Amino acid sequence: MNPESYVVLACVLFTLGAIGVLVRRNAIVVFMSIELMLNAANLAFVAFARMNGNLEGQVIAFFVMVVAAAEVVVGLAIIVTIYRSRRSASIDEPNLLKY
Amino acid sequence: MIGTGAAMLSDSAPVLQPLAPASGVFAYLWVLLALPLFGAAVLLLGGRRTNRWGPYLGCLTVITAAAYAIALLVSMMALPADERAIGQSLYSWVAVGSFQAEFALQLDQLSMVFVLLITIVGSLIHVYSLGYMEHDVDRRKFFGYLNLFIAAMLLLVLADNYLLLYVGWEGVGLASYLLIGFWQFKPSAAAAAKKAFVMNRIGDVGLSLAIMLIFVTFGTVAFDSVFAQAGQASETTLTWIGLLLLLAACGKSAQFPLQAWLLDAMEGPTPVSALIHAATMVTAGVYLIVRSGAIFDGTAVALTVVAIVGVITMFLGAIIGSAKDDIKKALAGSTMSQIGYMIIAAGLGPIGYVFAIFHLLTHGVFKANLFLGAGSVIHGMDGQQDMRRYGALRTAMVVTWLTFMCGYLAIIGIPPFSGFFSKDDIIHAAFEKNWIIGVCGVLAAGITGFYMTRMIIMTFFGKARWEDDVHPHESKPVMTIPLIILGIGSLFTGAALVYWGDIVGWLEPVTGLQEEPLAIPTIALEGITLTVVLIGVAIAIAKYRSTVPVEPPPGNLLTVAARNSLYDDAINDALVVQPTYALSRGFVTVDDRVIDGTVEGSASLVGGVSRRLRLVQTGFARSYALLMVAGAILVAVVLVVVRLS
Repeated sequence: MNPESYVVLACVLFTLGAIGVLVRRNAIVVFMSIELMLNAANLAFVAFARMNGNLEGQVIAFFVMVVAAAEVVVGLAIIVTIYRSRRSASIDEPNLLKY
Repeated sequence: MIGTGAAMLSDSAPVLQPLAPASGVFAYLWVLLALPLFGAAVLLLGGRRTNRWGPYLGCLTVITAAAYAIALLVSMMALPADERAIGQSLYSWVAVGSFQAEFALQLDQLSMVFVLLITIVGSLIHVYSLGYMEHDVDRRKFFGYLNLFIAAMLLLVLADNYLLLYVGWEGVGLASYLLIGFWQFKPSAAAAAKKAFVMNRIGDVGLSLAIMLIFVTFGTVAFDSVFAQAGQASETTLTWIGLLLLLAACGKSAQFPLQAWLLDAMEGPTPVSALIHAATMVTAGVYLIVRSGAIFDGTAVALTVVAIVGVITMFLGAIIGSAKDDIKKALAGSTMSQIGYMIIAAGLGPIGYVFAIFHLLTHGVFKANLFLGAGSVIHGMDGQQDMRRYGALRTAMVVTWLTFMCGYLAIIGIPPFSGFFSKDDIIHAAFEKNWIIGVCGVLAAGITGFYMTRMIIMTFFGKARWEDDVHPHESKPVMTIPLIILGIGSLFTGAALVYWGDIVGWLEPVTGLQEEPLAIPTIALEGITLTVVLIGVAIAIAKYRSTVPVEPPPGNLLTVAARNSLYDDAINDALVVQPTYALSRGFVTVDDRVIDGTVEGSASLVGGVSRRLRLVQTGFARSYALLMVAGAILVAVVLVVVRLS
């Protein structure tokens, strides 16, 4: 299969993720959209590794997975804490930290 | 000229006398300074505990110093003429690299006559003050300041280098400030003290610059080394040093253009006017110039300027003295004028140095006499100083009148009294050098005759114009005895110094002497001078013989100007004070607008921009995400565009 198709798929996934982050209010969904963007990037890395015939892109994909796992731990903890105190997972309501 | 008539026409440069170590009676030279300083310290630090006996201690220290000074004189006269300079180094005062200044005293013939004048006239004035200040609550402080003054003045004339002289110079300035403002509860006295201090400061800047220039040029500030090298310096340098020293002398001696403070200084108690602002401190400028003769000898320009300043001040003082109705201010004008004579003599160079000091000595005595006499009159008239309110006092105050007449005869120069010798010597020397200065000297002598006669007639003769509740009375013996001594001194100091003291021969080793033949015989010159003086006297008699109105008549233009001290305050105000104010205001404007404007403007710019920019921080996470996406897209677009182009 043509590796360029994976790159196109990665672009589509990334755009979907970005739109999800921008338009959804539920923190969990936003979070999932971010995961989608990360994995789109992973897919692009792997595709490029395949196209260029070296392993660097694949190694970086592993790094991204590790970082994403750590990010999930912290992010979910924050979301749960916010839900406990406000009984809501809306991302627009906690907006006290501003000018 | 009687004084030097017997001497041959001879020129002699000042020989640099090696300083002999202080031994015998000279070994205690420092005591001369320490005595009044001790008195000042006890009186000023001792506080109220010393109120009862403090004034007597103040007198005692100065009288002891005077007695010691006389002992020094006797010992010095026993020494050969070229071994009369005594040096005593007390300790190394400033030693920084090549800059060395000793705390060292030097007593030579010139210092000696000053020490005698300061201590003897100072003693008499201290004793007189016991009576004059009897009822003043602060008289302990007064005597403390007087002692401080004596100590500082002695340091000034005994210093053997310029830096130590500067200490004394500032010390007398401080004492003068404190004593002019002694009655500081009077706003006029406080203002006069401040004025004297500020105007003296201008002169002091001149002296400090002169000392710096001397050090840069000669590498030392000690008198003997500086004078030994004076011939090697360039004429330009010497001229600058000379002019700066003249500026210093102008400040301290109230010479044009720094003369305005002296008339206001009369706000101080009368003994202060007599001691500081007539007999001693104001003549320090003359001392400075004569002492620095070796520097002035190398610069004809500076000497000419000195003489010109002297001529101008001589006339200014005489004209002001002719119109003032306040007896002390009239005497102050006279002091300015007489110091003008001395400055002229100093400006003549080696021809005149000796006579400057000679006139300084006789003037110190007769002007102290006149001021103390005026003080006695003021004391008897309950503080009234307006001569238009005097009149007919010769019957009420016989001793004061007689002693005042002694001073009068001395100052106008009637032979054979003091002023005749000293003033005629100056006029004679002036004719030797430059006949224009000589003619000016003769004319000013005539004005002297006029204003002094006017003062005598308005005060002691004519009808009584006293205010109703005033009952003039003769002062107590504690005041009249110093007056009598000074009166006798006024009459005979001149003759005594010429015939018995040989003042010219005495000072010659320090100042040098130069004589030039004169076209007209000495006796003719004396006759002319005396005639001019008598014309001045006659005019005054004619003008003031009849009644003197209590209200001053309108007077002509010159009289009005002289009553206003020739508008010196207005001129200073217009030429210096207002431009300074304008400059300050300009600086304030620049500071407010430009400097503060830049600082505050940039601050408010940053503040304003921040106030608008912070609105971006909305607190909505999704708006931040949108911004990030927009930024990323922007970067991507730019990359693509750059790559494609």
